[in-house]
Amino acid sequence: MKPITWGALLGLAVVLVFLLSIRLGSVDLSTGEVFAALLGEGDINARRIVVELRAPRALMAILVGGGLSLSGAVFQALLRNPLAEPYILGISGGAATGAVLALAMGLAASLSWALPAAAFAGALLAIVLVLRVATAADDRVDVRVLLLAGVVVGAFFAACISFVLSISDARTMRSAVLWMMGSLAGSDWRTVLMVTLYTLPAAIALLGLARPLNLLLIGEETAGYLGANVERVKRIAYVLASLLTAAGVAATGVIGFVGLIVPHSIRLLVGADYRVLLPLSFLAGAVFLTLADVVARTVMSPAEVPIGVITAFVGVPLFLLLLRRSIGAGTGIGA
Amino acid sequence: MATESSASNGSAALGATELRVHYPNASAPALDSVSMTVPRGSFYAVLGPNGSGKSTLLRALLGMVPHAAGQAQVFGRPVSDWDRRALAREAGVVTQSESVAFPMTVRELVAMGRYPYLGPLQSETPTDKEAISKAMRMCDIENLAQRFLSTLSGGEIQRTRVARALAQEPNVLLLDEPTASLDVRHEMEILELLRASADDGMTVFLITHHLDLAARFADRLLLLDRGRVAAEGQPQEVLREETLKRVYEWPISVSNDPATGMPRVTPLSTSSGFSTSSGSGSRP
Repeated sequence: MKPITWGALLGLAVVLVFLLSIRLGSVDLSTGEVFAALLGEGDINARRIVVELRAPRALMAILVGGGLSLSGAVFQALLRNPLAEPYILGISGGAATGAVLALAMGLAASLSWALPAAAFAGALLAIVLVLRVATAADDRVDVRVLLLAGVVVGAFFAACISFVLSISDARTMRSAVLWMMGSLAGSDWRTVLMVTLYTLPAAIALLGLARPLNLLLIGEETAGYLGANVERVKRIAYVLASLLTAAGVAATGVIGFVGLIVPHSIRLLVGADYRVLLPLSFLAGAVFLTLADVVARTVMSPAEVPIGVITAFVGVPLFLLLLRRSIGAGTGIGA
Repeated sequence: MATESSASNGSAALGATELRVHYPNASAPALDSVSMTVPRGSFYAVLGPNGSGKSTLLRALLGMVPHAAGQAQVFGRPVSDWDRRALAREAGVVTQSESVAFPMTVRELVAMGRYPYLGPLQSETPTDKEAISKAMRMCDIENLAQRFLSTLSGGEIQRTRVARALAQEPNVLLLDEPTASLDVRHEMEILELLRASADDGMTVFLITHHLDLAARFADRLLLLDRGRVAAEGQPQEVLREETLKRVYEWPISVSNDPATGMPRVTPLSTSSGFSTSSGSGSRP
């Protein structure tokens, strides 16, 4: 199939899973009821479920799933590493530290915005720290140093989390652990708006970097000789992909696995050209996370399974299937 | 001769004036007071032992490493005045090696040569497509277009990389040992392609260890020794027995090859006096 066909199919799929996500839940609604509710008509309870709960939640899944996948694809090119994913440079650690502190100090209980705000601040701290460490010795961003700096900063934050949790009560610990598993349950229109304000500009700017990211795949020196401003591309890509991740993590916690396997799956389907890979990864990530959330909400209803569990349970077999197919065709993950 | 070093020469494609490059933490500079000129449309070969600064010279000429002193010029303008996109339209480079991070086809790699001509979201125009297919035709890799790089032989990969540099439609082509791992036929094919390109007016800057072939194909040679110019000029002037012995620290005999009429360099065996002539294998 041509990339444009994949794009059209995935675009259609985003709309369909959005509607599906609104229909299904502890109370199942018909498509007619959904449309009526979206137009402000019909049963008041259905309207409340659709407009206040499920629509923002489905939109959040689309934004965060798309954002994480796009960010993962960018990190894989930036670090030239197939193992790279959005959390590899310590952003999740920074965000979780902020979130755990907000929970432990009781801020999260009294102020609804304190938890995402603290998580976002922690993520920003991690982003700045990693960049400072990576450029301490040299003006140039050495991606090997960047990777090491990210892992080290991540380990530092992990220690902070362990310390705070060790002196917290059991209830705080449970909230913290649940937050770190990730959940879309807290989505409301305000958080959707916040995440949109970060995700859309960052995603559009990253799509514009597709061509220089392609050059990074074949090495920085060659990329420079082909006309890319390598240092600028690396910095912009790092900051934008990090902000995209930070916004998602602040709103929904640490949802794992999407940012690793969605870009790989798309690469196996359409190749490594980032002009195609980036937009398709966004769409596929949006579809994947929305579906995962539907499963998480319904499979043990009324209880919710942590969405990270679903992304791994569904994602791993799907990914292995694609991988097997591509290795058979001689076009595996690495070069 | 070695005195021809005015880098501001209007007919020069590449030039260096008293160029010095010192890598951080290195005890000696990688390049020291190197002055040289590559005339437009010439085939210029750079020779020298491992670590003599050949690759550093290529990087320094195109501004990829900081200069500690001196100047490098590309088509008469200091390299620091060029922006990278404009420079990439003038100078195509084939580095010693590269590895792609993810699977990629031959056509995709060659198409990257068009980067300096295209806007961020612009797709290939007919001009770009023509440049890509012409480059692939010249390197005889049209039949490999949809193959993945991981399935190619060493020779095919090198031809693909040369094709990418040609797709840049450069006025000067710089290559760092492009034929190092190639067999006789593939090596000769690339050298003949470079010679033909030089005859068509493209400047060729080739780093190589093959002294005989450099003498046959290049118009001028530059011999580097520990970051300094040991000799520069026409092949017969550079490939002298005494110079080569001193630079390579190995007994070498230079004769005239009746088949080509060019100097033939023959490394002798150590029993003919390596250990006695230089005392020990270590450099002073």
